[in-house]
Amino acid sequence: MSDCKPEELLIAAIADMLTGLRHVAVGNSSPIPGAAALLTRARSKGELRVSLLGSRKHTAFTDGGKELFDCAAEGRIDAFFLGGGQIDGEANINLVGIGEYPQTKVRFPGSFGSAYLYYLIPRVILFREEHTDRVLVPKVDFISAPGTSPANVYRPGGPHALVTGRCIFDFDKQAKRFTLRSVHPGHSVQEIRENTGFDFDMPASVPETPTPDAETLALIRGRIGEEIAETYPAFAARVFAAA
Amino acid sequence: MVFTSHEIEQIAARIPDGAKIALPPDYSGCAMAVIRALIRRGAKNLHIVGVPSVGLQGDMLIGAGCVATLETAAVTMGELGIAPRFINAAKQGSIKLLDGTCPAIHAGLQAAEKGIPYMPLRGILGSDLLEHRDDWKRGENPFGEDDPLVLIPAIKPDVALFHVAKADRKGNAWIGVRRELMLMAHAAKQTFITAEEIVEEDLLADEIVAAGTIPGLYVTAVAEAKQGAWPVGLGGRYAPDAAHIAQYYEQARSDDGFQRYLADHVYAPKAAE
Repeated sequence: MSDCKPEELLIAAIADMLTGLRHVAVGNSSPIPGAAALLTRARSKGELRVSLLGSRKHTAFTDGGKELFDCAAEGRIDAFFLGGGQIDGEANINLVGIGEYPQTKVRFPGSFGSAYLYYLIPRVILFREEHTDRVLVPKVDFISAPGTSPANVYRPGGPHALVTGRCIFDFDKQAKRFTLRSVHPGHSVQEIRENTGFDFDMPASVPETPTPDAETLALIRGRIGEEIAETYPAFAARVFAAA
Repeated sequence: MVFTSHEIEQIAARIPDGAKIALPPDYSGCAMAVIRALIRRGAKNLHIVGVPSVGLQGDMLIGAGCVATLETAAVTMGELGIAPRFINAAKQGSIKLLDGTCPAIHAGLQAAEKGIPYMPLRGILGSDLLEHRDDWKRGENPFGEDDPLVLIPAIKPDVALFHVAKADRKGNAWIGVRRELMLMAHAAKQTFITAEEIVEEDLLADEIVAAGTIPGLYVTAVAEAKQGAWPVGLGGRYAPDAAHIAQYYEQARSDDGFQRYLADHVYAPKAAE
């Protein structure tokens, strides 16, 4: 499957994490997670609901900007995606900036709904394509939302996995540590160690992230490419134009 | 009362310096024509409340020196990346930042529409946002045991400003499913709206249309503005002008470029609304 693009591998890998769920929501600026959710929906024969923010066709919300958050608070959303300008080894995420707040030397867009949804949605998948020690740091400069909380804080949700352009990590909430689950084809454990700013666990033998089969690739390049283009035309043009 | 005779510049004149002004994100109906008029009239010391985030209109107002305080969950320009004038202002420390999170802004507006002082909220505990928000407080669930919550004070904007597809002569404004605009109108002291078209029929007469309509009860003034959301677009009517926004993004990365953008697209006579 040498002609599988990195984006297609990530879409397929994330889609596999969503199998069997009832409702997946996807925030703004998330074309790969959005495509993954649409892929799982396409394979679920109508069982999975997807709420894709920014889309008119692929969202069913009718109660304004607050509905996603109310829906999450009631346990009606099973999975969501968050990123971060910085992500640390305890799964704390920083969407605000690098340096001393408020006059940060690097400024990110802001925390969006992370300081809420990270607590309330059971399966939050952290997604950041750039896998460098600039992004994956020992300790974030600003905690937009913490990876874990004390026992008395109401928190049915939290980090489930971290997906990057090089690998997939699982997160252990008790140990507050990531474990390397699989390495994408063409990348190595040593390279991941060198480009990760935090320490993590790993099994004696680390599997390779599976590449999508021909049927899945056809689905991604066909129906999913068309569906995601409504919300992310530039992404769709870049990844699927030549497909 | 006739609501619909106001011109764009008149609305901009009625939004005073120092006003706390609630603005929607790029996808929800932005009164861009009024934003340009606010820049032309040299508005100062605005306190922007992004509901819950702002895009191009926030970046333009910041770059033009109209903003003292920015209260928002994020500033974002969609697929293009982060807003250049906002980034510059944050690095320079030239505006006060009240970084928030989307549901806290909605909750603050909901408290205001109910006329109550605050709203309790889940999440947020352990976030550095809480450390930097002197106006947010930790509280306890009075009906539970050892159940901490965050208390968000009511957000009562002086002004809500947005653009809709249509309004009628009674000031009723159709918003469809964009209910955050309804929340803004309920919470704000004054609501100014621009509309793609002013229609003669009563938008409350048909129950199906009325369900997606802000009653004129909450509306201070409406002005007609064709293509009033340009260049960010209006859902269901016209798409964002991607080429123009890309050009803005390039120009706004430098001080000089941004000034040229303002000269060409905000101050130039041909751009006058």
